[in-house]
Amino acid sequence: MTGTFVGMPTFPSAARTALADTQLRHNLAHATGVIRGKRAAVVGEVENWEDLRLAGAAVKDRALRSLDSRLVELEESLTARGAVVHWARDADEANRIVVEVARAHAVDEVVKVKSMVTQEIGLNEALEAEGIAAWETDLAELIVQLGGDLPSHILVPAIHRNRAEIREIFRRRMGEVGRPAPDDLTDEPAVLAGAAREHLREKFLRAKLAVSGANFAVADSGTLVVVESEGNGRMCLTLPDVLVSIVGIEKVVPTWAELDPLIRLLPRSSTGERMNPYTSTWTGITPGDGPQEVHVVLLDNGRTRALADETGRQALRCIRCSACLNVCPVYERTGGHAYGSVYPGPIGAILNPLLKGTGDPQTDSLPYASSLCGACFEACPVRIDIPEVLVHLRAKVVDGHRDDRVPKPEALAFRGAAWAFADPGRLGRAERLSSVAGRVLRRRGKASLGRLPGPGGAWTDARDLPVPPAESFRDWWKRTDGGERE
Amino acid sequence: MRVALMVTCVNDAMFPGTGQAVVRLLRRVGVDVDFPQAQTCCGQPMVNTGYLDEAVPAVRSFVRAFEGYDAVVTPSGSCAGSARHQHQLVAARSGDAGLAAAVAETSPKTYELTEFLVDVLGVTDVGAYFPHSVTYHPTCHSLRMLSVGDRPRQLLEKVRGLRLVDLPKAEECCGFGGTFALKNADTSVAMGTDKARHVRETGAEVLVAGDNSCLMHIGGVLNRGRSGVRVMHLAEILASTEERPA
Repeated sequence: MTGTFVGMPTFPSAARTALADTQLRHNLAHATGVIRGKRAAVVGEVENWEDLRLAGAAVKDRALRSLDSRLVELEESLTARGAVVHWARDADEANRIVVEVARAHAVDEVVKVKSMVTQEIGLNEALEAEGIAAWETDLAELIVQLGGDLPSHILVPAIHRNRAEIREIFRRRMGEVGRPAPDDLTDEPAVLAGAAREHLREKFLRAKLAVSGANFAVADSGTLVVVESEGNGRMCLTLPDVLVSIVGIEKVVPTWAELDPLIRLLPRSSTGERMNPYTSTWTGITPGDGPQEVHVVLLDNGRTRALADETGRQALRCIRCSACLNVCPVYERTGGHAYGSVYPGPIGAILNPLLKGTGDPQTDSLPYASSLCGACFEACPVRIDIPEVLVHLRAKVVDGHRDDRVPKPEALAFRGAAWAFADPGRLGRAERLSSVAGRVLRRRGKASLGRLPGPGGAWTDARDLPVPPAESFRDWWKRTDGGERE
Repeated sequence: MRVALMVTCVNDAMFPGTGQAVVRLLRRVGVDVDFPQAQTCCGQPMVNTGYLDEAVPAVRSFVRAFEGYDAVVTPSGSCAGSARHQHQLVAARSGDAGLAAAVAETSPKTYELTEFLVDVLGVTDVGAYFPHSVTYHPTCHSLRMLSVGDRPRQLLEKVRGLRLVDLPKAEECCGFGGTFALKNADTSVAMGTDKARHVRETGAEVLVAGDNSCLMHIGGVLNRGRSGVRVMHLAEILASTEERPA
């Protein structure tokens, strides 16, 4: 696994590789099972969980409906409190802003709070290209970074690794980039966390510049919010002199009061906790306390494209809790890398095509990376109807190929089906052909079909297929007068 | 009450026994069920694969076949879900206001079999006899799209001789998912294999569900593994009697 998602294969072939990795399958099934159990328990404690979901969805919808004016309001309140606001259309613009701030302070390293948006724009790689080291300080992100690996989960980026693998990564790599792991490092979680703590402390105390994202951005007060479990985020947000926060424009919440349902939904849905251990909020600059220079980069990077999609825009409600990943049977078996993006699982399957647009084979494979079982919608704390958006995006993918000069076999098959389903007579004749085949096979003593050649092999390589019946229901009904003359 | 059977294209072509079971079952509980010949398919295979235009003829056939009936009953949570939640989308896409109006008429009166028995007829004991151990898999669309809840269990618990065994991780998808089973065959098989393992763990003789498509997938995996577990549609068990065992 290389450290970039660029050039990833389509979902089915990436999934095939992942499915063959038995250690990965075991790690994922165990980890998602544990989180599912914890989440179910704490969600069950809330009497009005469904009302809370509705309230959370309503807050985000309200913000999205008036996003233009809310963003201007956010910019004004941030500026009034001493922050410098930047607008970034895409990843390149956002990365350039961070590089410029780093150059202005002549720093060659930054500490980072775990942030999906900086992964999305490839900030670490962009900084590295400019000779600036970006140190991840979240434990799981640190494991991924040291392992030269890619994150595979929104909340637990190293979910695909077990503790024996983590010990190995720490022993091998920590010394190369800072304080080495102790010689007596075991694979006990507390010992591993202790080694990470010592390794990171050196970086926290030295860093002049920190980079964060934000879970929420409150428009009326100009407050950014980060919730976390380890305290590394608060170290980054308070110790360095300069702070750059990159915020996707969909993170806006209209008022401080409206944070309420979201901040209650998030920890229960994500870590399975009643409350997250650390909630840090900062509003511009506070003289003598914390960073004295604060930059906020408001990032689009496809969000206005997603907002323009009437069915798809609900995906922008996402608060990155990852509940949908943890309940998804597809994610549980393939892991996050198969999705070829920093946003894996059901939300990634809709968010990526919405942000990037359809038309690329890898992105176009994502809306099909679901059995449409609906577990994601049931788990989503802000009620994103992921199956609805998946089907909508599948239609976009299909429509993108309607003018192809050579139609795909699948398109021809569905055109054929549409023709047959337009008329019961046509369907009946097709069924009679299948019944003839069924009769012949049954006479040869076959109850099910073995491996079929061609496209049928996708089914029969690992599953039997019953031999068609000798008579369709339709024909039985006619022959027996609805069962009266059986 | 004029009741129509929507047999579904999969049952019609591959599992006619399910439709026959529904006919016997409904007659036994006093419903004179009709089978409108004009029906073809609910259109779900096309909708769920993104071929919305191609679903229009199927939806047209659907509303043409079932207009005028008081209730449409189908032995499929998935197809009932499609009629109730997807037909409107297809009609809107076609731009045909007449079709949209017809859909608004047929959609709400389309019932999955257990909904019809429990909610409309108010029956849970259908007088069935099936002396075997059975484990029940709640298919995703019955479970989440229709919220049929414990209706199938209520019916199964009243079947004489039947021993119902709990299925571990019952609410997890089996991996069928329509064209998902072909487009993502490896993942589909991985999910189906886990489901089949849980079924075998129960030691039950029979796996029952309310959708033949899911059963075709799980049964295909069970059969390839020579598990000896039989898969049956819920309707076949409910239609089974001492005089005419399934």
